Amino acid sequence: MLNNKRQGKLAAAAVMAVTALTIASCGSSEPSKPAADGGSASAAAEPVTITVHTFGGGNNFGYGEAVKKWNAEHPNIQVKHENLTDRFEDVYLPQLLQKLQAGSGTGDIVGIDEGAMGLMKARPQFFADLGQFGLESRKADFPAAKWDNGLNKDGKLFALGTDIGGMAMCYRKDLFEKAGLPSDREEVGKLWPDWNAFMETGKKFQAKVTDSKFLDGPNTLYNVILNQEAPKNGNIAYFDTSNQLVIDKNPAIKTAFDTVKSFSEAGLTAKLASFTNEWNAGTKKGAFAVMGCPAWMVGVIEGNAGEENKGNWDVAAVPGGSGNWGGSYLAIPAQSKHQKEAAEVLNYLTGKDGHVAAFQEANAFPSSLPAQQDPAVADKTNPFFNDAPVGKIFGASTQGLLPVFLGEKHAQVKTAAEKVLEGMDKGSIPYAEAWTKFIEAGTKAAG
Amino acid sequence: MTLKVDTPAPVGRTGPARSPGHRGSGRGGNGLARFDLRATPYFLVSPYFLLFTLFGLFPLGYTFWVSLHDWELAGDKTFLGIDNYVELIADGSFWNAVVNTVGIFVIATIPQLVMALLLANALNKRIRGRLFFRLGILLPLVTSVVAVAVVFTQLYGRDYGMINWFLGLFGVEAIEWQNQSWSAWIAIATMIDWRWTGYNAIILLAAMQTIPKDLYEAASLDGASPRRQFWQITVPMLRPTLIFVVFTSTIGGLTLFAEPVMFEGNPTMAGGATGQYQTVAMFIVKEGFRDFDMGYASAAAWMLFALILVGILINYSITRRIGGKK
Repeated sequence: MLNNKRQGKLAAAAVMAVTALTIASCGSSEPSKPAADGGSASAAAEPVTITVHTFGGGNNFGYGEAVKKWNAEHPNIQVKHENLTDRFEDVYLPQLLQKLQAGSGTGDIVGIDEGAMGLMKARPQFFADLGQFGLESRKADFPAAKWDNGLNKDGKLFALGTDIGGMAMCYRKDLFEKAGLPSDREEVGKLWPDWNAFMETGKKFQAKVTDSKFLDGPNTLYNVILNQEAPKNGNIAYFDTSNQLVIDKNPAIKTAFDTVKSFSEAGLTAKLASFTNEWNAGTKKGAFAVMGCPAWMVGVIEGNAGEENKGNWDVAAVPGGSGNWGGSYLAIPAQSKHQKEAAEVLNYLTGKDGHVAAFQEANAFPSSLPAQQDPAVADKTNPFFNDAPVGKIFGASTQGLLPVFLGEKHAQVKTAAEKVLEGMDKGSIPYAEAWTKFIEAGTKAAG
Repeated sequence: MTLKVDTPAPVGRTGPARSPGHRGSGRGGNGLARFDLRATPYFLVSPYFLLFTLFGLFPLGYTFWVSLHDWELAGDKTFLGIDNYVELIADGSFWNAVVNTVGIFVIATIPQLVMALLLANALNKRIRGRLFFRLGILLPLVTSVVAVAVVFTQLYGRDYGMINWFLGLFGVEAIEWQNQSWSAWIAIATMIDWRWTGYNAIILLAAMQTIPKDLYEAASLDGASPRRQFWQITVPMLRPTLIFVVFTSTIGGLTLFAEPVMFEGNPTMAGGATGQYQTVAMFIVKEGFRDFDMGYASAAAWMLFALILVGILINYSITRRIGGKK
């Protein structure tokens, strides 16, 4: 009986609590509306806050200093930079799409990784036309490859480029010395003019060193090679220019896959998938000696390896020539209430000063041509990497870059296909079946 | 408010302007009181049903509507009819997820319920520090699922995990627990069991305490051993509670999500390179929010609903027979 009474009281309390909650939530939503309306009505007089949403690990877009400088100079347009997550494809992108669909919640400016540009190009309704704010005039500042990717399917400009991922190899100087290999970056570069020589170096390394592996895992190597090969095969990756999946036909993909497979079979990989906790820990603990290294990766390594590894890492030339892996864009969602002001901020961040500041802070190599020629970029060295001349190394690797077409579902196919590479490397997929599985996974993700 | 019904003259309600005791006003008050009496209970229970309609029924219907479309997240929507379901039934990776879910459910739930039953029986006896033990087995429940999964995932780590270290003492080579289905299923099942065994034990214990003591006394007089008393009295008397526990475990097991996601260590929802431990819930999230195919994901959600119904029916028919000569 006592129990029953108590239950009755509890139930009553629960009902009242729920009622109170509903009333409270109704109450709180109402006064907020006029406030929002008032804000947009008197926008011209009052200072406007422009929110910039980005993604990425470590120093991500490197906008800390750039934003501080802007805010000091523009009391009427204050920029609030929020880096939402370090993961793009499986966290940032789904959230961004949901917010675009819902019609609220995005920043006034959003960062987009090149992998999702195909997807965004196909959705012109969600983004402001930057041409109406006069940003068409920026065309001369960018390489054609970067500029063209910012045009949507109607040919309108909707995004401007931030960084590009010129390529190099990052290596552990101390581990190279341990293996009796040359450790100076010039000589290391000469060790591997092509991928065969790279393989030979790996075998020499592995013969001497047993407690570390030569390479981190499949992902960085795969992406570096794919992005070198794609321009040689019609400038396409997983999709051809009519958005048909060509994962089984594009020789660039097969070459990249086979090279990764041969390194994995030779036991030269630490079997670590990129951007996982184990991989981060491996970067710190010296679980591997080399990894494929687009410009932005330098910032990631610096963040993961930590102060105690200062001077242990260095940057050398990449085998097999130039290419671009990654890099991002900024766009203004149509739902932004302050598009005009946002365009001014976007113009600044993708302008020479914004690019230079981002390179200083996060080693995000500028896609802006004037920024690339700026001495602050061209002559920059990185103290964490033994004062490696990162400006020179990455600058050289981005010369003559061609635009690679990325299909609408590039991000999904890339994620699914690389998952198979990881499985093959870790041993859950036999080498003999891996290529079939790879195509299957990619085809499924595209469907 | 209902208390006022009992007072004969609802003067306070009609107000001083009208003459007291007037028939008309009395009737009006009665009508109001009757309305009060009839409607108040509905009013009081309505918040639940309003919330349920808003957050339960509407999403259910809307999901079905979406499942009939080729519905891309923030993209095109075309009506398909049942095509998503047809495709789903032929989709190997969906059935792979179903097999994983059922597999993990079986190896997690059966030992869990047996252990919960034995634990409850032990805690029902007169032992020293009974309250301490009763509270103790409930403790895992207050930890967050994610915390449990993170800790267990580290225990199962390939290079620095404690379990591989322990197995290493016996000469077992380091196992990459995420690599094969069997090892991943075991790892995930232990997370579930660690957290939920105590919860189920407490529910069963509460039910055991409602079993009349004289049944046991009579059985003892008849010379039934404690073991026999357990199987012939305790278990059959627990049947309604067992059915409840089996239902909740079935629903929980078939919608399993957080543990395998945390076990994978990244939010790709793939459940391993070949989906070794991708559950149906993960499959739904992957289709909807990684591949942006909301229509297909919604169809999978409805299939999961159907699967849970089937699972509950099967389990109900099994549980009904428990301890039953009927």
